[in-house]
Amino acid sequence: MQLNSKVPSGPIEGKWEKHRFDMKLVNPANKRRYKVIIVGTGLAGASAGASLAQLGYEVECFCFQDSARRAHSIAAQGGINAAKNYQNDGDSVYRLFYDTVKGGDFRAREANVYRLAEISASIIDQCVALGVPFAREYSGYLANRSFGGTQVSRTFYARGQTGQQLLLGAYSALSREVALGRAKVNARCEMVDLVVHGGRARGIIVRDLVTGELAAHSADVVVLATGGYSNVFYLSTNAKGCNATAIWRAHRKGALFANPCFTQIHPTCIPVAGEHQSKLTLMSESLRNDGRIWVPKKKGDTRPAAQIPEDERDYYLERKYPAFGNLVPRDVASRNAKEVCDGGRGVGPGGLGVYLDFAEAIGRLGENVIRERYGNLFEMYDRITAEDPYRQPMRIYPAIHYTMGGLWVDYNLMSNLEGLHVLGEANFSDHGANRLGASALMQGLADGYFVLPYTVGDTLARVSPKDRLAPDHPAFTEALDEARERGRRLLGINGKRTVDSFHREVGKLLWDNCGMARSKQSLTEALARIPQIREEFWANVKVPGGASELNQSLEQAGRVADFMELAELLCRDALTREESCGGHFRVEHQTEEGEAQRDDADFSHAAAWEFTGTDTAPILHKEPLEFEYVHPAQRSYK
Amino acid sequence: MKLTLRIWRQDGPRDKGKFVAYPVDDVAEDMSFLEMLDVLNERLTLKGERPVAFDSDCREGICGACGFMVSGVAHGPQKLTTACQLFMRHFKDGETVVVEPFRARALPVLKDLVIDRSALDAIVQAGGFISARTGSAPEANAMLIAKPVADRAMDAAACIGCGACIAACPNASAMLFTAAKVSHLGLLPQGQPERRQRALRMVAKMNELGFGGCSNHGECEAACPKGVSIDFIARLNRDYLGGSLLEKPEPLSNV
Repeated sequence: MQLNSKVPSGPIEGKWEKHRFDMKLVNPANKRRYKVIIVGTGLAGASAGASLAQLGYEVECFCFQDSARRAHSIAAQGGINAAKNYQNDGDSVYRLFYDTVKGGDFRAREANVYRLAEISASIIDQCVALGVPFAREYSGYLANRSFGGTQVSRTFYARGQTGQQLLLGAYSALSREVALGRAKVNARCEMVDLVVHGGRARGIIVRDLVTGELAAHSADVVVLATGGYSNVFYLSTNAKGCNATAIWRAHRKGALFANPCFTQIHPTCIPVAGEHQSKLTLMSESLRNDGRIWVPKKKGDTRPAAQIPEDERDYYLERKYPAFGNLVPRDVASRNAKEVCDGGRGVGPGGLGVYLDFAEAIGRLGENVIRERYGNLFEMYDRITAEDPYRQPMRIYPAIHYTMGGLWVDYNLMSNLEGLHVLGEANFSDHGANRLGASALMQGLADGYFVLPYTVGDTLARVSPKDRLAPDHPAFTEALDEARERGRRLLGINGKRTVDSFHREVGKLLWDNCGMARSKQSLTEALARIPQIREEFWANVKVPGGASELNQSLEQAGRVADFMELAELLCRDALTREESCGGHFRVEHQTEEGEAQRDDADFSHAAAWEFTGTDTAPILHKEPLEFEYVHPAQRSYK
Repeated sequence: MKLTLRIWRQDGPRDKGKFVAYPVDDVAEDMSFLEMLDVLNERLTLKGERPVAFDSDCREGICGACGFMVSGVAHGPQKLTTACQLFMRHFKDGETVVVEPFRARALPVLKDLVIDRSALDAIVQAGGFISARTGSAPEANAMLIAKPVADRAMDAAACIGCGACIAACPNASAMLFTAAKVSHLGLLPQGQPERRQRALRMVAKMNELGFGGCSNHGECEAACPKGVSIDFIARLNRDYLGGSLLEKPEPLSNV
């Protein structure tokens, strides 16, 4: 299979404009004859749904949550980047592009990243027009804050609830289209399969989570905006419902899965409290603007933070990276936290934590300023841990947070399957091996508001709505039968272990063997163990209840079954990528100072995997990455 | 600690439903309320019983998916806290805790603690938006918004749409939910052109869906996990009154 990224020719500044002219258009009168299915209603899905409906396409959206407004984008705290240069501090489209390519450790496609940076400013304009209450200065102008991995202040925010406000903006725009009858939203509906016929995506199979009914939905284009797969690790900062089923089912039907081993570990999460823990809570990276990270200099120092004198503290990020200090990128901050904890200097229960201390900032700026900036985050921390961060430092530890890998897409955000577009975190395109803070919101909205509305026209102009399959076409009835059979099988096993126990087991295995540090040995072990867990799952899982009812155990069983297949691909990709880059750290490949050591000669490519069967090895396809503008160098934040 | 949970069990929308008592023995203080229910559900599953259905997603208090009555109080006894952020350290050993769904005619029970809140989406669809076509926006800093105004709009926009205000209201009114959206958009300059029509349309939809009226009990504000102020209801009333006197209700149009 030849991967064609379809990146337009010409200088990078002009590629998107040229491409917009070169793409085919759909006549306004014809648009309503085309139907678009969008799965997922987060930033990417909701913004795409609203924008495509405004253009006149018939749009039908699906989400598993009880309302489109609850998609997990809502939990993003810190902010959204845009190259507005409102601070006059040297920002530009080119700098945002440069920072993102460098931050991604030179494993992203340059042309996509440039387009993202180019579009970023329009996103802010659009969101303000929709009523997003971004933070303002007293002058009435928009405020900015800085974020990890950059030296300019380009992040727009709405208190600590930026994702919520951006999502509610997109959701409200979509709601308007629903009211006008141009879009439909099906909540509590989960996509359980993709229907492919003649090499084209034709529609989806959906389970109504209230009645359990399975239904076929046919369309001219299918858009997956279903988020990432962090929950394969069980404990992550993702919402409980986040799952990979939509992209995994598409992968099984032929869509290539790119760079699954590029997973991001967020440095500032609340440490695990106990066995019952169901998820991890992130504390926004923006806290690192004013918080100082430290551990005791002495191993096994169990004194309370306040009793440890200044000269017995190791502000290790400031010491090792004087230029960026506490604002180094996420992968660097996470790895350093693991290193000091592995060295026996961690704090809190189990020694799995480091301090994030605001005492200096409170002294310098006053408690009121800190309260204004981070009040809701401090409250959240206090509520969960019963510790007051105004009086004692927070304890933080890294946790899985975001997945840069995802379905392979070309410049049009279309997968290798004709008619299947993939947006936001669900695709692999823009963040390389590491995502910078405040860039996920930017990408989700860029894809939905300003990329897909153009590229979907090019896809649709090549097909006729007359060729849309009827929902009773054999391609659909076969997929329906398969989905029904799968549910029946899960319910019929009636074994001795819960779905959750399998999810925890495979998640723990991944965290230990394919988490912050990976080695040939740990990955080989995991690859031997995962098929065994999967086999036991299909022989010994207990899923109570029936198929024709609201059955949360059955929903979860289907998702966990898919996670267990994805887990194997993740480890295989990690084993194959014999280099360290961004969030992928192979202990065999590090510099003398313990930094990630890339191998550009052999691994400057996107690894796109083709499914061949549950128990057979996938086929690797490589898309070479060319860096014409940002020349790969070892990332230095010193 | 040991607790007794009296949980509302209801098989489906048409089932009558009843309370069932479940002893839970090893509740840890740093568990969230939902994690305690997870532990109970694991046990029920292994015993061959049907686990308790409840909605939750982010478990960080922002998505608004979770929520039920904990001993008669929406989201439980802690102020400004959703059920997922309610930790067991706030309960006493030996306590009996009654868990039942949010109840309102417009929010019917689907199963156990799971309710249908699609009526809230319908209220937003009626007018809870600014009609700004993608691509039509002017430069963001061309329009100045005083910080106190932006902050006030953000206070209203903090609503997570969980439905606690409705469950807490003796009239099952959705006034606080509706007022939060009307105020968020109505405070901002870009929300002015549709301000009165928005209030008229959203209130009409609220009434049509079977929510009650507001009679100033203030229970909504007390129950709101995000601290949305009842002052916004006064603001909604002002926009609604202005709309009623100065404009006639117009259907939503695409032009």
